[in-house]
Formats: sequence, C-alpha cells, structure tokens
Amino acid sequence: MLAELSVSLWRGGEDGRYETYSVPRRESQTVLDVVTFVQRHIDPTLSYRFACRVGVCGSCAMTVNGKPRWTCRTHVSKVAGSGRLEIGPLENLPVIKDLATDMEAFFEKWQKAQGVFAPTKTRHDEIEPIRPDSPARRLADAAIECINCGVCYAACDTVRWNQDYFGPAALTRAWTLLNDERDAGSTARLQAVAAAGGCHSCHSHQSCQELCPQALNPTAAIAGLKRRTTAAYLKGEIKA
Amino acid sequence: MTMRLYLWQRATAALMVPLVLVHIAVIFYASRKGMTAEDILSRTHGSIVWASYYGLFVTAASIHAAIGVRNVLTEWSPLTDRRAGLFGVVFGLLLAALGARAVYAVVLS
Repeated sequence: MLAELSVSLWRGGEDGRYETYSVPRRESQTVLDVVTFVQRHIDPTLSYRFACRVGVCGSCAMTVNGKPRWTCRTHVSKVAGSGRLEIGPLENLPVIKDLATDMEAFFEKWQKAQGVFAPTKTRHDEIEPIRPDSPARRLADAAIECINCGVCYAACDTVRWNQDYFGPAALTRAWTLLNDERDAGSTARLQAVAAAGGCHSCHSHQSCQELCPQALNPTAAIAGLKRRTTAAYLKGEIKA
Repeated sequence: MTMRLYLWQRATAALMVPLVLVHIAVIFYASRKGMTAEDILSRTHGSIVWASYYGLFVTAASIHAAIGVRNVLTEWSPLTDRRAGLFGVVFGLLLAALGARAVYAVVLS
C-alpha cells in the first residue's frame, strides 16, 4: 500500500478548478475520510456535505474518479488503485462551493413527479393491513430504500441533456407510491409523470441502476411507469 | 417526450418489426432467384397488396423517424421544443414524399 495519496479536489464554484493535496494512506480508508482529512488538517475552508457517515443519510455523494459515488461507503482501495483520486461535486447540479452542490432542483422534481404520499385514511382510522408478499407491495418495496443521495441523477445522461427531465430518483419514488396500496394519488401521479420531462424521456441507458449505491433499479421502475401511463392513457384515465 | 409522441413512436416501431422482416425476406428471395428489375416490376406493377404494404411502411417510418429526429434535436441542439417539433414535421413530410415517390414508381408507373 502506498504511504501517500495524491488527491485532486474541486475548489471554487462553477468556474473553479482542481487543486491537488497529499493525504496519508490508511487501512480501510473511505473517500469521505480523505476529504475530511484535507478539511481538518490542510485547508479548513474546504466545503463539503456529510452527516451520518454510514450510508443512511445520502448527503455525501460526490464525483469520484469520474463516477458519482456515496463517499462514506466507498473505500479508497476500490476506486484508487493507482494512488490517485479526483473528487468533484456531483454533476447535473449547480455547484455552490467546492464539493457541495445545490440539490434544490433534484428535490423540486420529486414534487413535480408527485412523490408525496397521498393518504387514504386519517390517524383515527384503523391501520390497514398490507400483505408483504402481495405483488404490489413487492414492487413498492423494491425501491423503498432510496436515500435521496442524487447519485442516479448525477449519472443520468438524459438529465444532462434535458433540464426538464425529472430524473431516476423522482420517478422511482412515483413508482413506489403508485404501488403503495394505501396511497390515493395514483391518477394525478400518472398524469404528472406522463407530462413533458416525465418517464417517457428516459432512454434506458441504465447508468442509474449501475451506480445506485443501494443497488436499486430505477430503469425498471421507469419502465413500469411507461407501461402504467400507457395503459391509463388508452383507457382515458389521463390526458396526453 | 410526451405521452402521445412516445405512443406513436412505439406503435410505429412495433408495426415496422414485421414489415422490416418481410422486406428483408423479399430482398433475399429476389436476389437468390436472380430476378431482374424488370421481373420485379412486372410482379409489383398494379398490385394493391404491394402498394398497401410499402405505403404503410413509408408512413410508419416517416412518423417514427420524425419523432426520433425531434427528440435528438430537443436534447442535443439549442433549438426550442417547438422548433425541433417543426423540424421533425418537415423531415417526416420529406421522408413521406420520397417514400411515396418510390412506391408510385414500383407499383403504379
């Protein structure tokens, strides 16, 4: 194992540049450990975002050697065999400063895709029994572990080319809710994801499912939305 | 891409699958039999079946390609969606005119 890592970090805003630092190599070192070392020992003005450090909160995603990754669960040994690391902000999102991006558009698109649960009951009603092995629940469960890290959004070619495209995470959320038997917002949600920027813009390049740190498959969820919206349109339930 | 364009593009693609297969089979048949252009035209001339077959093929291909070109332009060019749509319509009409001319030449002239 090399004693030192050569680490290039993006510094500044959209018009910034990479600056190179030397960071001691450690056993079981993660990419987030490397960034944190630079901030604590070399340059305290380095801006980046993290919270839980254990792959739950989805805050620490960055571009690592050209690919978006969750840095807290990405070991240096996995991505920097040559001893070089290039760490930048997530792509497809505006850079605030250094490694921190503005996630507003990402979350706004969740709203546009009607990614909000629409309850069918109140707190005064009985809890509805849901069978975990029902086909709909299995589909909902398949994508429910999304941590909103933005890796799929940064990896998506269609988002890069089409600023209006909702992106894999928002559409996967819509698919999860469509399959949630307790949800009442299906028609409005299908209408929302069938609009311009919705599921039909997806080219099925599958970068989202290749890089999703939770091993989810947004491409399959979007394909499900395409089928479901087509059926709803042909039945006259939604308008084109 | 909107729902309506998506549906038209997928429907025309599905329609073209058997049309392309038959078209390729016809090419193999004609070349293996050593048929000349005169032989082929003598069979296609005045045929409502071939006119309908290739008329449908040209129509489906024109719609499919026009939507595809529109989508490429909306993503890869600075054109607005409206202008890309107009370009797609013009492109589709051009393909349809060229295709109709070919069908006319093979079946009616």
